[in-house]
Amino acid sequence: MPTVAPVEVDGYVVRAGYLKDTAFFASGEGDIVLSGQGETKLRPHKAGLLAAEPTVDGKGLITSGDDGCIFLNSLDGSSECVAERPRKWIDLIAAGPSGALAFASGRTAWVRFADGQEKEFAHERAVGGLAFAPKGMRLAVARYDGVTLWWAGTDGAPVDLSWKGAHLGVSFSPDGKYVVSAMQENALHGWRLSDSQDMRMTGYPAKVKSFSWSVKGRYLATSGANAAILWPFFGKTGPMGQAPLQLGTRSDSLVSAVVCHPKEDVVAVGYQDGMILMCRFEDNAEVLLRRPGLGPVSTMAWDADGVRLVFGTETAEAGIISLQD
Amino acid sequence: MTATQDSQAQIPVTVLTGYLGAGKTTLLNRILTENHGQRYAVIVNEFGEVGIDNDLLVESDEEIFEMNNGCICCTVRGDLIRTVQNLMKRKNAFDAIIVETTGVADPAPVAQTFFMDDDVRASAKLDAVVAVVDARHVLQRLEDTGEAEDQIAFADVILINKTDLVSAEELATVEARIRSINPYAVLHRSERCSIDIAKVLDRGAFDLDRILSLDPHFLEHGHHADECGPDCDHDHHHHDHDHHHGHGHDHGHHHHDEDPHSVKSISLKAGDLDPNMFFPWVNQVTQIQGPNILRMKGILAFKGDPQRYVIQGVHMIVEGDHQRDWKDDEPRESRLVFIGRDLNWEVLKDSFQACVAQ
Repeated sequence: MPTVAPVEVDGYVVRAGYLKDTAFFASGEGDIVLSGQGETKLRPHKAGLLAAEPTVDGKGLITSGDDGCIFLNSLDGSSECVAERPRKWIDLIAAGPSGALAFASGRTAWVRFADGQEKEFAHERAVGGLAFAPKGMRLAVARYDGVTLWWAGTDGAPVDLSWKGAHLGVSFSPDGKYVVSAMQENALHGWRLSDSQDMRMTGYPAKVKSFSWSVKGRYLATSGANAAILWPFFGKTGPMGQAPLQLGTRSDSLVSAVVCHPKEDVVAVGYQDGMILMCRFEDNAEVLLRRPGLGPVSTMAWDADGVRLVFGTETAEAGIISLQD
Repeated sequence: MTATQDSQAQIPVTVLTGYLGAGKTTLLNRILTENHGQRYAVIVNEFGEVGIDNDLLVESDEEIFEMNNGCICCTVRGDLIRTVQNLMKRKNAFDAIIVETTGVADPAPVAQTFFMDDDVRASAKLDAVVAVVDARHVLQRLEDTGEAEDQIAFADVILINKTDLVSAEELATVEARIRSINPYAVLHRSERCSIDIAKVLDRGAFDLDRILSLDPHFLEHGHHADECGPDCDHDHHHHDHDHHHGHGHDHGHHHHDEDPHSVKSISLKAGDLDPNMFFPWVNQVTQIQGPNILRMKGILAFKGDPQRYVIQGVHMIVEGDHQRDWKDDEPRESRLVFIGRDLNWEVLKDSFQACVAQ
């Protein structure tokens, strides 16, 4: 039986996850709770915290806030302000290879390299999302009317992927062959990078705010419907002409967060009412991980082995769910 | 069921419009410093000469998002969606939101954001659009720009500021001109934005439950502005006796009378309506003429329905609901008000009359 160990947080959980074996919970009110052997609390930002993202090596947590600072927080409880844009709200960050990180505010994105150097990437319209490619110093910036792919380490010309409308979240498939963005409309848009072929993934009743690639990138799991919607990305054509899997269908609540298991074809599905289910792709078998709570599940993440799941909600609830005791 | 978002209170949002220098920031600072126990998150688009003293202050660049639904007036402010969503991560830090727009901002996308984006709609609700105008410069601004007229036409509350810098006659001219654009807004006069804040905040102007009457609002000590129709012949009378009026001003008013593109309002009246006629009609009117309709409000009586039906709209967005029973001493009358430009008033009037229940 799965067990839930609650963790006390002081507000809307912006991001929960793992730094190696230590669980972290970053709240919009500014607290970061590290829960490992004991519990440590950090509060690097002067006021609110807007985004948090673990570094690629899993040793640190990058956070940004409405004080215009980017902090690199370590497991030992130390925090270092590595970049600052006074008066700006930095609400988008991404972790890159070789200690690089990206952040954005308004229409501008920046990459900060491990040696402290920064590079600016200006766009004509609002930036909505950032993601590094799985290989190479390549940054995808979702923006109004499409996505721009920048080579952050060189001055090479960017690649523009165009599709009318506002693009928010963005993600590369783990094999680097596809880029997918979530739009202001209730839809996803994808591009096959080999030939810039467009892919439209529509039919959602709400905006897609959470997405997660399954093992080996076979499926892209998404929120925004009354079930987790998983688009197939194997085979030559990707999701084109194929029906997605629908897992954890409910009649009374929408899916607000999804995260695929790191080893199995299983997805954790969080709902607007706070419930969390675990669903198997093969037969849609469901296991209840958490009963409904006070509000929408805002964030979830598995540990590296896939035996523990951390979660947080918009209504200041958080916890660690263990599949084994 | 446990508590969900629906049961959580939506954060009220007040939008301040007005061109640069009219006194938006002064009004904002009055709101922020008055001892009312409310904590505000303030979203600004430009920094004027006056600083803003508030803990939670966000600077955002205006970003108009067109919606991919083929409707050219269905635009929202992407920067507002983003900022409101970010603010909702700190719900404990504030009780209400004030949005200060740029002097040239179109108020419609700001308002539409609170109706068209589901996430914003779930967490925040538009309370009122407040326009601050400078008594001394507003007539010239109306001459020079379309935005000034849009801001006045769109407003629920209009604050005529800097009244100490104009004569009584000039003020009367300004008020009559504003009334000719928007007779339905609540109008206040102030010097240095000195006004009871309760007259600006918590207005519920987009709240269907609070649409109580659609009588034009007038100042009790005004110059009988209530005799003015949209064409405002009455105002010329004042002009004749105004020793300070300049040529430019006179010309301006003349121009207004003849400009078919200027904003006008119309109030349609009827008795009981046939809902099977009215709803297709209002949908058609807003679909086709939506870009030209700035605001719409109505209180309607449907045949055989004991309840008042209230309706309000911005461009193509229309929402309506039953409000309460008609009172015994209340005449069952349908009133529908449009504020817009380039609308064919005669056609509107005739087609509305065709919705009257037989």
